[in-house]
Amino acid sequence: MTDQNIVEIRNIHKRFGDLEVLKGVDFDVRQQEVICLIGKSGSGKSTLLRCINLLEKPDDGEIRVFGEDILHIRNVDAYRAKVGMCFQQFNLFNNMNVLKNCMISQERVLKRPASEAREKALYYLNKVGMSEFIHADSRNLSGGQKQRVAIARALCMDPKLMLFDEPTSALDPEMVGEVLNVMKQLAEEGLTMIIVTHEMNFAREVADRVVFMDQGVIEEQGSPEKIFLNPLSPRTAEFLARSIH
Amino acid sequence: MNFWQICLNILSTYGQSFLLGIRMTLLISLSGTLIGLLIGLMVGGFRAVTLDYTASTAAKILKKIFDIITKIYIDIFRGTPMMVQAVFLYFALLNVIHWDKLTAAIFVISINTGAYMAEIIRSGIQAVDKGQTEAARSLGMSNAQTMMEVVLPQAIINAFPSIGNEFIVNIKDSSVLMIISISDLMFQAKSIAGTTYHFEQTYFVTAMIYFVLTKTASVILNFIEKKMNNKTVSLPQSVTDPKNMTLANNGED
Repeated sequence: MTDQNIVEIRNIHKRFGDLEVLKGVDFDVRQQEVICLIGKSGSGKSTLLRCINLLEKPDDGEIRVFGEDILHIRNVDAYRAKVGMCFQQFNLFNNMNVLKNCMISQERVLKRPASEAREKALYYLNKVGMSEFIHADSRNLSGGQKQRVAIARALCMDPKLMLFDEPTSALDPEMVGEVLNVMKQLAEEGLTMIIVTHEMNFAREVADRVVFMDQGVIEEQGSPEKIFLNPLSPRTAEFLARSIH
Repeated sequence: MNFWQICLNILSTYGQSFLLGIRMTLLISLSGTLIGLLIGLMVGGFRAVTLDYTASTAAKILKKIFDIITKIYIDIFRGTPMMVQAVFLYFALLNVIHWDKLTAAIFVISINTGAYMAEIIRSGIQAVDKGQTEAARSLGMSNAQTMMEVVLPQAIINAFPSIGNEFIVNIKDSSVLMIISISDLMFQAKSIAGTTYHFEQTYFVTAMIYFVLTKTASVILNFIEKKMNNKTVSLPQSVTDPKNMTLANNGED
């Protein structure tokens, strides 16, 4: 792990109508760090994650990623191409097969020639164990398979940072493991990842740092041992008591 | 001669005229539908675009102007009869561009269909899951790339039944274009009836021909639709409530 911060968030606020979802969040991520964001639904985890790749724009505050002030950059598309994102609902492109799903953004955004895009797609599909399914219609896959393809699709863009928004929450229990294993492997390879998750065991095992959010602020953060074994805040303790039993 | 004999008689005597009429009707309704679809794709496509905060102010102003103009276009062409549009536009523009009647007819039916298609395409686009757009944008694809590569192809499949229906409507409704003396099926029928004085029988035969045309079109369209759906059939899958998931999985160490 290096000391260089690749994400620096200062005092961001976000409201949806009357509801203030983020109430001044400060948050840093170092290179190669794996962060698990935990907390109740509605605590602002997903919104924070979505602010990082600008799917939501914070109302106030500052976000620097890779040293760039991303709230004031011109080319948002070029920035997003450097940040991978996986969604709870996978969001594979329904009008394309598995291989094409992994190739399209390489071809259109990075302007890679088809042969190179294909090679890269095959490499990552193989890595997530989906190489047998390259010609499958993306709608015919199981949830776990879809999420693995979605991870491969994001990796094809050579992201320097990966965001996961509850990647296993929409999966049947028996499929959670296959997705978490892929993510664990990526963590071991040193990819910087921010993961919103309800999988406490996974967070304990994989995270370098666990961040507990509550009511739009970061209530507590620290190493998994610290958060899970010796939480300082009563709210953290209460949340964990409810989640782990 | 009874009713049916007269019908057969008319059909055999004036078969050639009917065929010419059918050809004209199909030409006008098919080209009207296709050009209308193109107009609909452009108008409906741009109307469905929502510019996020990353868009420039100039783009936002242009979009607003586009939205207002296209809304007026859609409202007017959907809110007035095509027959009136045909007469008005044909005569209004006759002195300006000296067009022939066929061009005028195809023009009128195209922009009329375009107004309906724009709304069909727009709702087809809005029916595409928002997650598709978010995924494409998160991969760095631009608004335009997302629309062309991801959203529009799915929207067209969603909207295919309605698009096909416009063609069937056009086969029937192109009959009003005889008002500007287009020699379509209805025009032929009118002149045959005028010659034979067998109004009942002539229009009965004409109705039957229209029915065969629309029925054939609808069978073909259903066939295409089925083919498209076969390719995209989903296997049944269980959907698990995420709330139950956390409890089910965080239990053991």
